[in-house]
Amino acid sequence: MTNVKVDITVNGRTTTDDVEPRLLLAHYLRENLGLKATNIGCDTTSCGACTVLLDGESVKSCTVLAVQADQLAVTTMEGLAGESGDSLDNPVTAAFRAEHGLQCGFCTPGMVMAVTGLIAENPDLDERAVREGLEGNLCRCTGYHNIVRAALVAAGKDPDAEQEIEAESDAARTAPGFSAGSGS
Amino acid sequence: MIPVGFDYARPDSVDGALALLAEHGEDATVMAGGHSLLPVMKLRLAAPELIVDIGRLRELNYIRVDGDEVAIGAGTRHHDVETSELLATEVPLLPAVARTVGDPQVRHRGTLGGSLAHGDPASDLPAAVLALDATIVLRSPRGERSVPATEFWTGVFTTAKEPDELIVEIRVPRTGTAGWAYEKFTRRANDWAIVAVAVVDGRVGLVNMGSTPLRASATEAALAEGKSIADAAALADEGTEPPTDTAGTPDYRRNLARVLTRRALETAAGR
Amino acid sequence: MSIMGTRVVRVEDPVFLTRGATYTDDLTDERLTGALHLTLVRSPIAHATITSIDVEAAREAPGVVAVLTGADIDLEAPLLFAGAPKQMVRPWLATERVRFVGEPVAAVLTEERYQGPDAAELVDVDYEPLPAVVDVREALKDENLLFPDAGTNTCSVYNKEDPDPDFFADCEVVVTREIINQRVAAASLETRAASAAWGDDGRCTLFVSNQNAQGARDEVAGWLGVDASQIHVILPDVGGGFGAKIGADPEFALVAWLARHTGRPVRWSESRSENMTGMVQGRDQRQTITIGGSRDGRVKAYRLDVIADAGAYPRLGVFLPVFTRMMAPGTYDIEKVDSRATVVVTNTTSTAAYRGAGRPEATSAIERAMDLFAAEIGMDPAEIRKINVVAPEKFPFTTKGGVEYDSGEYAKAIDLALEASDYATLREVQKARRERGDAKQIGIGVSSYVEITGGGAFAENASLEVHADGTALVWTGTSPHGQGHATAWAMLASEQLGIPVDKITVRHGDTDHVPRGGGTMGSRSLQTGGVAVHQASLELIDLAKARAAEILEASVEDLEVDTANAAIVVRGAPGSPTVSFAQLAEREELKVQTVFDGKKATFPFGSHVAVVEVDTETGKVTVERIWAVDDAGPVLNPLLCEGQRHGGIAQGIAQALLEEVVFDPDGQPLTATFADYGFPSAAELPSFDLVTMETPTPINPLGFKGIGEAGTIGSAPAVQSAVVDALSHLGIRHIDMPTTPLRVWEAIQDAVKEDG
Repeated sequence: MTNVKVDITVNGRTTTDDVEPRLLLAHYLRENLGLKATNIGCDTTSCGACTVLLDGESVKSCTVLAVQADQLAVTTMEGLAGESGDSLDNPVTAAFRAEHGLQCGFCTPGMVMAVTGLIAENPDLDERAVREGLEGNLCRCTGYHNIVRAALVAAGKDPDAEQEIEAESDAARTAPGFSAGSGS
Repeated sequence: MIPVGFDYARPDSVDGALALLAEHGEDATVMAGGHSLLPVMKLRLAAPELIVDIGRLRELNYIRVDGDEVAIGAGTRHHDVETSELLATEVPLLPAVARTVGDPQVRHRGTLGGSLAHGDPASDLPAAVLALDATIVLRSPRGERSVPATEFWTGVFTTAKEPDELIVEIRVPRTGTAGWAYEKFTRRANDWAIVAVAVVDGRVGLVNMGSTPLRASATEAALAEGKSIADAAALADEGTEPPTDTAGTPDYRRNLARVLTRRALETAAGR
Repeated sequence: MSIMGTRVVRVEDPVFLTRGATYTDDLTDERLTGALHLTLVRSPIAHATITSIDVEAAREAPGVVAVLTGADIDLEAPLLFAGAPKQMVRPWLATERVRFVGEPVAAVLTEERYQGPDAAELVDVDYEPLPAVVDVREALKDENLLFPDAGTNTCSVYNKEDPDPDFFADCEVVVTREIINQRVAAASLETRAASAAWGDDGRCTLFVSNQNAQGARDEVAGWLGVDASQIHVILPDVGGGFGAKIGADPEFALVAWLARHTGRPVRWSESRSENMTGMVQGRDQRQTITIGGSRDGRVKAYRLDVIADAGAYPRLGVFLPVFTRMMAPGTYDIEKVDSRATVVVTNTTSTAAYRGAGRPEATSAIERAMDLFAAEIGMDPAEIRKINVVAPEKFPFTTKGGVEYDSGEYAKAIDLALEASDYATLREVQKARRERGDAKQIGIGVSSYVEITGGGAFAENASLEVHADGTALVWTGTSPHGQGHATAWAMLASEQLGIPVDKITVRHGDTDHVPRGGGTMGSRSLQTGGVAVHQASLELIDLAKARAAEILEASVEDLEVDTANAAIVVRGAPGSPTVSFAQLAEREELKVQTVFDGKKATFPFGSHVAVVEVDTETGKVTVERIWAVDDAGPVLNPLLCEGQRHGGIAQGIAQALLEEVVFDPDGQPLTATFADYGFPSAAELPSFDLVTMETPTPINPLGFKGIGEAGTIGSAPAVQSAVVDALSHLGIRHIDMPTTPLRVWEAIQDAVKEDG
């Protein structure tokens, strides 16, 4: 099996290496480049923990070969943290913190990148669009409640208002003419 | 997990890809987006010796009107089908079906041609293409040929495509304002369909009701005879041999096919 | 202003949201330089004898340093649950017999990660299949034995007394039913991982993904036959546990042993497919519930008979029916309660704790029983609960299970949930839909629950040190893996000392720094470890006052803390000299170490109302809304508390609707990937409506109870009940979890058939 040379721009920096064709992009990022924010949570392209942006679009880096990313640009969560590498100025990561959109943190880098990609494609998100847009990212800790809020905040929405609208649309569907209870 | 090792080639033209396929025969496997192939390779259920990557061939990536049809390059990604304004007007069923494939990340990688070639009876696009009466254009060193969608799928994961052929184009009749609907039934949004039904212009395609995507021909005939939607939909499972798995028994799938067909026909009638 | 009860954002997050957390597989620790990668060859057959293992071809594969089988390992096979028959030991690597799909058979060590699976494929194992025992009733027959030497498949029996035939004699109405609390997977996003390196000092540094460093150290040391002081366990960040990372996995000790054997560090991180058969799974009880009472709604007697599945090798799952029995009567004041449990081994993955661990099984059982009883006498399910719950004036209340509930207002919790959901209106909507004969019906489920938190280890330690630069360091014996202890414990210290939260570092999960600790499990952390930090803060203040008294020339009684300045001042003497904690630390180490012992468990409680829509033509269930009252006493940080509730509620809904670990009759797992296992995404869940209620416990000075598992325990029965309720007009009284579309549709077909 012949190795292949790849040139991949990762978080704005050019990287190059001779790699086995079977090397997964996720492992290229983690092992070859030492960028370990990107996690691998399954082997069936189900969980989305490994989500990164490839030329600006969300992909699951466990199901992309490094050779497929040759000559392309990859953004990982580290790439949102500014030159210093520790900036939370990014609207998505800032919203995840403010809304407590993470607990154990394992799904977080993938969630953050999925949300980043989602907003890039559709800045006018509502709760349903966020939930459906994140169908490929699993989280075991948060029940998604605060992840959805974080995505709405990052998209410039008021999460309380959006959740109320969604709850009322459920109520309208399930109980026409009935205004759902107050909740809190 | 980790695939078995392989060699990799990324030809810069369809002809280059065809030459590699001719040279390596069954040792070579074509990869476009890789979202059907890589998962099975990672589970070591497939181990090709050579991957021929056609994912970047621009000549396979287009959506354009061509007479009464829309011609779609086989390398067009689900995301591009989903967001195509041209398709939204000319073949609105197709973007609606593409939107239900996998998740956004998968749709950024997977391609229309790849989905049709993979031939999974549980996947969405083959049944839609079947209901659309589309034509699949294949090319090999021997030349080009067109296969009607109705003849393309021959069994579970098998198609009329020869090993040295590539799907290069899908030609879809412009259905325009004809009524359409896609009813996909899953447990989770990201799951494969337990059953799904694509309806367009009185034709009905079934997902996961047998070893290939199917047309509900009894339903179509009943509609043509002017039967009511309810009566026609009640025939949707006729002639099918639905599979059994943890999500559904054959009886359950038959029921779903009838219910979803009725709902899809009702939605289509209202469009 | 007090920081208690405020929404402090997590101090953990800046790293987690920039560089990302550091999990075991992420470690670049220099002790692991040159580590070998471990790949385990696992059995593809559930029950078989091994006739031969040929590793020669694998040894020749590129990058292979060693291939070992069980014959190479000089350690005694461990019994993973002390109370199980002593023959039911788990081999390190199976040599004679395999007992579940996924059982390790050989260990392959390679230089590179990618070489492992290539070499593992070349290990040639011959199996002679044996009949697989998958069903617990089949196991009870003892016809096919997993451990012939043990002579039985039964590994534990709780309450051997025969049931009293007259138990329900004075009941007007008696209802009985067998129900299943299905097996589920914890499915933490991080799979299991371990890395080990032995130093020149003869000590092993063992990095593991786990919920309790000290427990893992003791178990691994025991298995390796070394003193616990020789094992230094470090928990890096842990990507979720949910109970399945309580206790060491035998793989941890195997990694340590292999590192010692090869003289090189060894790393191991399993794939998801391995995890879905290798990591312990939860629940899996077959329950027979019998409930009796009078037609006016008063429940008089309740019996719960359990057969629990331990999986192939007995682990913590053998113990959990004890919790189930303890909590059998739930929130209800029932005159007579009887329960028993039998635990058997089967050719499946071992079972252990999963969020709730024994208590959700009890709650689901009694809540189903209440619904069945209500349906039988034609009473509203909310009403019957309110009639039977323990009255608030009876606390502390000792149940017929011998458990003392500390504090609670169960009827009030139900009322709050009913009020929030506008229950009466929901019933009207349901009635209208039924009258119209809509294909999509709604169902309303009400649950009332009480659970045990801090049930095992009542004591926890903390150390607190203030430094001369004004920062503080807390070491805790708890072991957070998402719960936010670094933030919460800092708040508790900050409240007393006035040192800002961002100047307080909380550390955990390192057995050299915290030799004793109970870890994080059973929702114990806040009420034990958190209160220990509070107590340490008070003790540090006492120490500081004693020292400040000399400096300030005042008596200790006249001193108080000025939290605005993190200093000791003289009470009522503005402008007089002060001394800060930092200044005191500059003069002399300012550090305390303490143990808080609550001596008892606490009993959080609550009530959930769920509304589901059921498509009667397809069986599809959609959770529309869920209102949750979860009362765990005063809330330290609502942001964190709500997060725990959200996650818990989601896991309960997931069990009610979607998730089930399934084995076919040959013991083949059918749900070994996330593509097959019903783990929900955001698209399957609604946002959650949380209702606040705070009833303190007298067990600790801050009144805290645990919140980690409450959401799961309350939501699963509410949702299951709602699904059944949506179909009750068809005569349906019960559908087992998960209420999948197929199962719901089949229940409807059966009901329609019976009716016709």
